[in-house]
Amino acid sequence: MSAITGTGPLTVEPVEPVIKPGRRRNRMLQLPKSTKIRVGLGLALFFTLLAIIGPYLAPFNPNTSLTTNSGLPHPPSIHNLLGTTQVQQDVLSQLLAGGRSTILVSLISGIVATALAVLFGVMAGYYGGWLDDLLSMLANIFLVLPALPLLIVIFGFLSKSTSPNDVLIGLVISITGWAFGARVLRAQTLSMRNRDYVVSAKIIGERGWRIMMFEILPNLVPIVATSFLFTVIYGVGAYTALSFLGVISVSHWSWGTMLYWAQSAQAAQQVHIEWWWFLPPGLAVGLFGTALALLNFGIDEFINPRLRAAGLSRRALRRAGLPPRVQLGLTPVLRAPEGRPSA
Amino acid sequence: MRLIARRLVLYLLTAIVAITVNFFIPRLMPGNPVEVAIGHIEGQVTPATIKALDLQYGINTKLGLIGQYFHYLDQLVHGNLGISFSSYPATVTSVIRSALPWTLGLVGIATILSFVAGTLLGIAAAWRRGSWLDNLLPAMTFFQAAPYFFVAILIVAVFATKLGWFPQNSGYDTTTLDPGLNWPFLSSLLDHAVLPALTIVVGSIAGWIIGMRNMMLTTMDEDYVLIAAAKGLSNRRVISYAARNAILPSVSGFSLAIGFVVSGSLLTEIVFSYPGIGYILLQAIGSEDYPLLQGIFLIITFAVLGANLIADFTYSFLDPRTRQEA
Repeated sequence: MSAITGTGPLTVEPVEPVIKPGRRRNRMLQLPKSTKIRVGLGLALFFTLLAIIGPYLAPFNPNTSLTTNSGLPHPPSIHNLLGTTQVQQDVLSQLLAGGRSTILVSLISGIVATALAVLFGVMAGYYGGWLDDLLSMLANIFLVLPALPLLIVIFGFLSKSTSPNDVLIGLVISITGWAFGARVLRAQTLSMRNRDYVVSAKIIGERGWRIMMFEILPNLVPIVATSFLFTVIYGVGAYTALSFLGVISVSHWSWGTMLYWAQSAQAAQQVHIEWWWFLPPGLAVGLFGTALALLNFGIDEFINPRLRAAGLSRRALRRAGLPPRVQLGLTPVLRAPEGRPSA
Repeated sequence: MRLIARRLVLYLLTAIVAITVNFFIPRLMPGNPVEVAIGHIEGQVTPATIKALDLQYGINTKLGLIGQYFHYLDQLVHGNLGISFSSYPATVTSVIRSALPWTLGLVGIATILSFVAGTLLGIAAAWRRGSWLDNLLPAMTFFQAAPYFFVAILIVAVFATKLGWFPQNSGYDTTTLDPGLNWPFLSSLLDHAVLPALTIVVGSIAGWIIGMRNMMLTTMDEDYVLIAAAKGLSNRRVISYAARNAILPSVSGFSLAIGFVVSGSLLTEIVFSYPGIGYILLQAIGSEDYPLLQGIFLIITFAVLGANLIADFTYSFLDPRTRQEA
């Protein structure tokens, strides 16, 4: 094995194929070195923790008006670390209380939608025929159908008669979020259907569901993971948008309802911009989504090394004594400079 | 042409699904929408209106479900989407017709801008991999992950309220100007459209950049690109060979993106009080105007299907392989 470099005077050092028994498993358990995965994982865990303990940390009841003698939102102070709303509710308490609902809904919709995507996608890809035609058509229809207006109509009728329920909201959102994952998983299953190990499992006489569960699904894990992350991002966006519009009861605290109240009080249009009101919930939604997107990029780069920028950055090239240049042709395999493992 | 024909069938089916879902949702959900309507437009309701509403929502009617469905289809074909509760006695069709041009103009222009700029930046990011553009991507990701309306609120706060460069809301200067083809109106129109369009571009550009960059990286490994470079062609020519082939997935991915962009721009309009579909959508939600909500859902679905069809035609124009298939 030798490292391939397009041009340049780099001396090629042979890489010893060191595969010690028992070492591979260790490597699987190690945290990946990618910064994207580490930052994403850290943020995602932080937000999950926030969803669990947040409501208990809230210093005030998010619904309570602390005083009644002021009609103006107060900027952050020692009493209210993130200031107050127009009716003197504590913004920090709302943020902590609203996080649970937001994250719970998005996780539920992500889990349910991914389960549907795996079920439909793998079945369509494995069985083929009319089932594939039917499921693919269904997925394509759900892909082109604009999701948000559909959700608005459903919740418009639904929320008149039922009180907001995070599980129900998550389930309804998942109906509109499974199609993309199903399409990707179907394509991948299709490419595996005729591989030797699947065919031999068939010849042995394994049943269809067993082959799908134990022969095909394990190879789809990275794609299932990206599709889960994708649907959670979608779930956050959809739920926040729905509560921002006021389709879901505006007294059910989530980051979206906080933005609803801030917008209806025109917090961004006031002469003294009431930034403490709309910035925390918006940043929270954005950071949560970014964390999941970073994880997604990390997994993508894990699957497809071509996408990695790190190790090829101009600074790294210069340090390796190579002129920064455009690389065409085969993906270059550069040895990382001594002492600095490539990320 | 087979591609177009297949897509047409898909869109037709999607339209039928949307129409049918729209018919069944009010019938499946608990509660009585007609009572809500009468509550809103009390005093002005004629028995004929109540009868029409009853028929629209399948309450107190002797017609069976299938009969109701065909009645609904018949109304739809004649462009009758019912009567708006909130702006009674105006029809849903007329309310939507007055708002639609605003949304189409805004979304259309912003989407084209975002697509072109995003694709060019994606090409640059791939060609100069590891440059500052790669480091910019996480920041762009944040703007894509953050809800559109939050980006809109930020943009209003900074560029309208703080700096005062552009107006905070509405589609044109409604206090002094009347719509018409004259310079003051058009310039006011443009002035008011800058920030909403900027929001949509900022919110959607990251997807185009990342998609184009990743596809471009794959194409740049192809032999024909290497040969083009080996022949000594100028960088510009080599890039164009790679980019031409890398752009195809972006065009076909357009159909996925357009739904998100339209939904996002509806929310953007609300923040800017821009007089488009998003604005009347908010009013419809606030006043429980079910016919208007449902009408908006159908119109948006049809608009998205139309945009998809345009993208498909573009795709088959760009990629000769789709035309050759027998």
